[in-house]
Amino acid sequence: MQSNVSIKNLRLEYGPVAVLKDLDLDIGKGEFLVLLGSSGCGKSTLLNCIAGLLEPTDGSIFINGQNVTWAEPSERGIGMVFQSYALYPQMTVEGNLTFGLRNAKVPKDEIKRRVAKASDMLQIQPLLSRKPAALSGGQRQRVAIGRALVRDVDVFLFDEPLSNLDAKLRAELRVEIKRLHQRLGNTMIYVTHDQVEAMTLADRIAIMRGGVVLQLAAPKEIYNRPAHKYVADFIGSPAMNFLDAVIDPREPLIARAGDLAIPLEHYDFERHGHTGPVWFGIRPENLATGDAANSAPVQVDLIAELVEPMGAETLVWSTLFGTPFKLRMDGQARIEAGDVVRVGLDPKLASIFDKSDELRV
Amino acid sequence: MADATFTHTTPRRIWPADAAGPRPRKRFSQRNIIIYSLLAVLALYYLLPLYVMMVTSLKGMPEIALGNIFAPPTEITFEPWVKAWSTVCTGLNCDGLSRGFWNSVKITVPSVFFSIAIASVNGYALSLWRFKGANVFFTILIIGAFIPYQVMIYPMVILLREIGIYGDLSGLVLVHTIFGMPILTLLFRNYFSSVPEELFKAARVDGAGFWAIYFRIMLPMALPILVVAVILQTTAIWNDFLFGVIFSRPTNYPMTVQLNNIVNSVQGVKEYNVNMAATLLSALVPLTIYLISGKLFVRGIAAGAVKG
Ligand SMILES: Nc1ncnc2c1ncn2[C@@H]1O[C@H](COP(=O)(O)OP(=O)(O)OP(=O)(O)O)[C@@H](O)[C@H]1O
Ligand SMILES: [Mg+2]
Repeated sequence: MQSNVSIKNLRLEYGPVAVLKDLDLDIGKGEFLVLLGSSGCGKSTLLNCIAGLLEPTDGSIFINGQNVTWAEPSERGIGMVFQSYALYPQMTVEGNLTFGLRNAKVPKDEIKRRVAKASDMLQIQPLLSRKPAALSGGQRQRVAIGRALVRDVDVFLFDEPLSNLDAKLRAELRVEIKRLHQRLGNTMIYVTHDQVEAMTLADRIAIMRGGVVLQLAAPKEIYNRPAHKYVADFIGSPAMNFLDAVIDPREPLIARAGDLAIPLEHYDFERHGHTGPVWFGIRPENLATGDAANSAPVQVDLIAELVEPMGAETLVWSTLFGTPFKLRMDGQARIEAGDVVRVGLDPKLASIFDKSDELRV
Repeated sequence: MADATFTHTTPRRIWPADAAGPRPRKRFSQRNIIIYSLLAVLALYYLLPLYVMMVTSLKGMPEIALGNIFAPPTEITFEPWVKAWSTVCTGLNCDGLSRGFWNSVKITVPSVFFSIAIASVNGYALSLWRFKGANVFFTILIIGAFIPYQVMIYPMVILLREIGIYGDLSGLVLVHTIFGMPILTLLFRNYFSSVPEELFKAARVDGAGFWAIYFRIMLPMALPILVVAVILQTTAIWNDFLFGVIFSRPTNYPMTVQLNNIVNSVQGVKEYNVNMAATLLSALVPLTIYLISGKLFVRGIAAGAVKG
């Protein structure tokens, strides 16, 4: 894959605080990359560095093979969409769309053509003569996307573009952005802290924490084989269950948690022969119940403490060896608080993390 | 009924359940009557001097000599107004306040324009571009706002003399522009700080430079604060007396200085009617500005956050 945006050793410091710590990232041409992480981890900072709105302390940024570390934002071949829309309040929608093109002295008929194309794609022609104040949130964000579209660039940067919208609009625009990406084939870098957006949109997800990328992989890989305990915890709702466990060096294929001995013959090891205290992680949706539980390699009886029926599924809260333990069951399952549930646990679906470095075992 | 006072289960009816049509107007309550009468008394108290000035300026001297300052004029005359405007003597010149009026216009208009133009660019640069040393620059400006004028007057006189514009209108304009800078810069900086940063970033991605962002995006958004600045500066500069006396020569005296010379002249009889007319004439400009822009002023002061 030919790389389109490439970030090398990027470092950004505010005084003594390093917000980005020697970050490396390669984004392929036409790839949809999602930057995901909790608040304050440096996602916007990274995006602003790529856009040229923040000066990095060290490192370099390449776009289309050119070193743009010191280039002006408008010269980098990027378009950007912001969370707060950031439409120019005194200009009409058309004025907003064409502002950049007029600054770049693009010929009039070319401007017209691009505006027509973008407004057609986003269905905003009827709004062209309105001021932003007279638009709804969804319409404003469409215009903001349009403003990036007309620039006719290779790389789109989105900074949480949907987080000011209500749930329904968010879902609609999410699909629209995905469609747009399929149609245009541009490289897109998309910041969010919504994991549904990340999982549905991304070709690859970069999970960030504290200014470093913890894992960069396809959504399925991130979900199935999280490389770091933080990633495992962050992705998936409800979050993964973690059991306090130990792998004894004398029997490296058994993880002991409480009085359970979990055989690891079929566990997909990242680091073979790793021993010591570990977190044994298993997702609530990977726990078997009913008949399936009886055929699982490890079985355990749990007392349902709290039952949350959610329609398609039912969430059961319980406790195992002193730690909270969640379990996802079929929505039709008959279960009430106080019932005993037999749960089957398959080590093949588990994720084990070392306790000291929190990396996948 | 009795248990309704003890339990919270019975909701108290505040308005009729079958309410329809326009909202009923509240009649004067006792509290309102007290407030309104207090306000009326205060208003009278402040209007009374204005009334006295008005009637006195319309009387002839013999009538004033009778001594009843509250009585309306028996015979209305505009003679004092005409005299105050065009023939009353101040020092050597006998062309009335009109000279001072035009001097004040020539001082106020450029001072207001330049001070606001410069301060708005300052505020814009300080709040959005955050260049190196911006904080130091801003601190110096703020300290400048707190230094008493008296300290700076003498150095300023020497400075203007060295440049060679001491006594000229341009010198006075320069002084007003400089002294308006700290407070105006603060005003604009705070206003532009409330502009969402992403708006500024979007404009940079769109290839707009320092001036393009200022003129095409920020200035149109700053209309309310521009109005505030114009009002503040116009009244301050028009009403200025100290700088006018110090930094200009008699032919260039602004209206306030001229007014003082008329009212405080020690020669001849005191022409109260002319003095009153002259005072009203010089108060006319700030008064007009307040009247026509009062609403805009309040709106500008209240305009905190700017939503995109
Ligand atoms: N001007 C600044 N001075 C000092 N620290 C800053 C400055 N701007 C941002 N930071 C810090 O940098 C870190 C990263 O900020 P950033 O805006 O990139 O977070 P983010 O991942 O986008 O978070 P969010 O999801 O809330 O938008 C934060 O911890 C923030 O406190
Ligand atoms: Mg952010």
